Parts: sequence; C-alpha cells; structure tokens
Amino acid sequence: MANLYPARKRRNAIWIGLAWVATLFGLGWLVLILGALFWNGFGGLSLDVFTKMTAPPGVAGGLLNSIVGSLIQTALGLVIAAPLGILAGTYLAEYGHYSRIAAVVRFINDILLSAPSIVVGLFVYQFCVVPFGHFSGLAGGIALAVIATPIIVRTTEDMLRLVPNTLREAASALGMPRALVIQRVAYRAVRAGLITGILLAIARMTGETAPLIFTALGNSLFTADPTQPMSSLPLIIYEFARSPYAEQQRLAWTGALIVTLAVLSLSIFARVISSSRSRGR
Amino acid sequence: MTASAIQATESSGSLPRDRSGALGRLKVWDAGFRFMTFGAASLVLFLLLGVAISLFIGALPAFRHFGLDFFISDSWSPPKERFGAAAAIYGTLATSIIAMLIGVPVGLGIAVFLTELCPPALRRPIGIAIELLAGIPSIIYGIWGVYYFKPFIMQPYVQPFIIGTLGAIPGIGALFAGPPLGYGILTAGLVLAVMILPFVTAISRDVFETVPSVLKEAAYGVGATTFEVVGNIVLPYTRVGVVGGVMLALGRALGETMAVTFVIGNATRISTSILSQGTTISAMIANQFADADPGLFTSSLLALGFILFIITFVVLALARWMLARLEVKAER
Repeated sequence: MANLYPARKRRNAIWIGLAWVATLFGLGWLVLILGALFWNGFGGLSLDVFTKMTAPPGVAGGLLNSIVGSLIQTALGLVIAAPLGILAGTYLAEYGHYSRIAAVVRFINDILLSAPSIVVGLFVYQFCVVPFGHFSGLAGGIALAVIATPIIVRTTEDMLRLVPNTLREAASALGMPRALVIQRVAYRAVRAGLITGILLAIARMTGETAPLIFTALGNSLFTADPTQPMSSLPLIIYEFARSPYAEQQRLAWTGALIVTLAVLSLSIFARVISSSRSRGR
Repeated sequence: MTASAIQATESSGSLPRDRSGALGRLKVWDAGFRFMTFGAASLVLFLLLGVAISLFIGALPAFRHFGLDFFISDSWSPPKERFGAAAAIYGTLATSIIAMLIGVPVGLGIAVFLTELCPPALRRPIGIAIELLAGIPSIIYGIWGVYYFKPFIMQPYVQPFIIGTLGAIPGIGALFAGPPLGYGILTAGLVLAVMILPFVTAISRDVFETVPSVLKEAAYGVGATTFEVVGNIVLPYTRVGVVGGVMLALGRALGETMAVTFVIGNATRISTSILSQGTTISAMIANQFADADPGLFTSSLLALGFILFIITFVVLALARWMLARLEVKAER
C-alpha cells in the first residue's frame, strides 16, 4: 500500500508532461507555419502586387486579376449562400423544430458542413460547367456557395434558438403574424450572430482551392465577367507554388500571406462580434 | 373640436376596409415567408442528393466498363484507358490512418491540457491559437509542406531516422524502407495530422466541459490524481462524444485535397513502404481532372469522387450520430 503512492504520482507526472508536450507541439506548428508565411510573404508585399496582372515567368507581375477574381467569386457565393442559408436556418429553428423533415435537413446539413470540397467541385462541374460547355467564374461562385451555405444554416439555427420564447410570445400577443415576429423581433435579437455566421462563411470561401480548380479554372488575364474562366488567389498560389521560377514562387508566398491574413482577421473579427454580444447580456 | 371629432369618425369609419386589406397582405406574406424558408431547407436536402446523383451518373460509364475491377486494379494509365482505383483508395486510407495515429493523441492531449491543467490566464490565448491552426486554409498547409516540412524536416531528419531504426527491423522493416525523398505517404499523413489536430482538440474540449464538476470534484476528493480523473471520470463520461469528434476529424482527413497534393508525390501505385510516393483520391482528381479527356478518363475520375463521397458520408454520418447521442445524454 505504501509503495503505490509514488508510482501513481510518477504516472500522473508523466501524463501531465505529455499533455504539456502535446500543447507545445501544436503551438509549435502554428509558429512554424505563420513564421514561414511572414518570412517569405512579407518581403514580396508591394504596390505592384495589387496593381499588376499575373505575368508569365521573367516578367514582373502582380496578383491584381487574382485578387479581383477572389472578391467577385466570394461575393457571388455570398449572394447565393446568405439568403439561402438564413432562410433554411430559419425554417429549422422557427417552423421545423423537432419535425422529422427538420431532423433530416439538420443531419444532411451537418454532413455537407464537412463534406470534401473537391467532391463539391465535381458536383458543380457536372451541374454548371458541362451544360454550358466552358469553365466560368459563376461556376466557381456557385461551388463556393455550396460550401458556405451549410455554415450559415448552422449558425442561423443555433442563434435563433437562443432567442427567448417569451420575446416571440410578446410579439405574437400584439397580433403580429409569425413571419413578422421572425423578421422584426427574432432577426433583430440575433443580428450579431447572423453576421458572425456570414463572416465565418466568407473566411471559409476565401481560402477554398479544391472546388475552384475545375469550375473557375483560373485565368491569366483580367476579367470581371463571371461567364469567363476566372483567376483567384488560392488558384494562383496552387499554380505558382509548383512553378520552377523564383519570382512566381515569391508571388505564391505573398498571395498565401494575403489569403491567410484575410481569413484569420475575418475569423477573429467574427469572434469579437459574437463575444462582445454575449458579454453584453 | 367638433371638426376633429368628425374627422376621427371618418377615419375610423374607413378603418375596417384598410385593416382587412392590410391583414390580407400580411396573411399572404406570412404564408409566403414560411414557404420560402421551407423551400430553402428542402434545397439543402436536395443539394446532397444532387451531389450523390450527379456523381453517380458521371461515374456510371466507368463502373460499367471496368466493373468490380475498378476497385481492385491499381493500374492508372490514361493513354491505354486502363483505370483502377485501388492505389488512390489505398493512399487515402493510409494517409488518414497515419494522420489519426498522430493527430488524435496530440489533439486529446491539448484538450486535457486546456480543460484540466492550463493556468486560467493562458486558457483563452492557447485556445485561440489552436483555433487559428484550424482557420489556416489547406492550401497554406500545402505550400508550407512542400517548401519547409518536406526539405527541412522530413528529408534530412525524420525519414533517415525512420529508415535507420524502424527500417532495420526484419519483417516490418519493409514498411519503412526506401530512399529518403521527402515526398510520400508519411509526409502527407503528418501534414494531415497537424491539420486535424485542432478539430480533435475543439470537439474534445467541448465534450470534456460537459462533464459535471461534482463528478470530478468527488474523484479529486477521494485523492485521485489528475491523470486518474481524466482516465476514469472524464474519458468514460465523454467516450461517445470523443469518438464522434475523432470520426469528424477522420472525415476531414479523408477528403483533404490541397495539403496532400503538394507533398504526396502523385505516383499511382501501391508500395509496401509508407516512405514511398503515392496518391490519394482527392489528389488525383485535383491533378488530373481539368486536363482529362471526356469519356472514360473523366468518368473514372468522377467514379473516384463518388467513392470518396460514399466513404466520407458513412464516416461523417456515424460521427454525427455519435455526437447526437451525447447531446441527448447531456440534456437528460
């Protein structure tokens, strides 16, 4: 009995040590990755990056067409995904509740939430590229929308469920129809939460590469026409990172830094909005 | 005074008509809004059906042409129109298993650290840092993997070390043989491990926090060490949720594309050694789809996509089912 105690203590110390090691290991990767990004990407940041087109090797170029392409496709994705996601989330939280169809939609939505993005790309290729006969920025935007919708559905439902029922009952007691109760009362109560969901969806869309490879395809020329093949930052990183030319590799790192900063600041911003709201309560 | 009273009567006299009109419009809008939300919800449902059906239709020619051979053969030769999925399926499973073997214990370790050991002042910053790791887009893992992880960590240190130690053991040595090229299944699996680690941590931390404090306090009260509390109270209580979170991470690892494509070497063959180059379903689609000839080649890639979809669907469905079971338990 007496010699059991040091053995237990020792085993505890070993496991606690391992948990510390695991945490340092995880943080170490973050430092290594962000360090490499800043080390390689920061030096390449210049006005040229934002004002010049991507260029063939040997010619000094920038990332303007890719940045514009990313913005256009993300905007397209958002225009489709935001209304669709908010309406579907509203159905789940306000009308569907525990009905069988709501349970099925919820389950399917959770699967879509982590479905492989390359499969989404194949689906949009079959659905939007094959019928029209060519790749397009619009197809890229639709692919991004398919990825963003489940995120918005999920956050909308979660947020609406936080609205106290007494608020809805009070509005109903004044004679408001259900639709108005939702729009004028519930949506207003969770506005910050809805914005958080949309910001997270934008962050996710900004970094997606796989579904764009064979929907938007990429384009070395400037275009703002969504029916044309369109470049985007992740696609140009994918292309230039595998290029043997040093200046293209440097642009790939600069693009990677821009994308990462955009994604991380969007998610931090989203977190600030949602946490300031919950602290206000 | 009288004039205003008359006005009041007039306006109230005209009220019923306006009111019924307004009420009618409201009724239409009410029903219309409900219908719109229902339509959006059903669209989400059809989205998944659409993915499954469109991929299956696209894959049908390949399935018809090769039959069961498609799953068994590992030859992939576009010029000869011979396509088999075995090498890609093997690579997908092998990289995911390596990622789980490394990522799950480390992710759980971080979750235990955050919930049981971490000084309160550090809890938030470290939690956010781990979540940042989840926020980094996969293409960044890819470019970092090929420019840093492969040449500076795998090639000079990890792979020679493994070849020298594990590779020398007779029997299982074949698993760890070969030249240290840097690329390969192991490299891809390790990059995936870093990618899934924050998912494992996030979900485990959430389910660890559902453990009632009284249970833990009771265990500490009878003299249990932190390790014993985690092993005997926290993990058994949250077992289903942790397994659900692990499956969710597995779903991510199976379908991950960009991080893998850069470092796996893209060789369509099955090798015994995990140090040799290989490919995965998603890497093959990403590399070849845009240039594939229509017909059997495109159809075979779509068939690969369909297989990946089915595998991830099963894994994710199991994960959600397990997490839902834990939610029911927590509500009770």
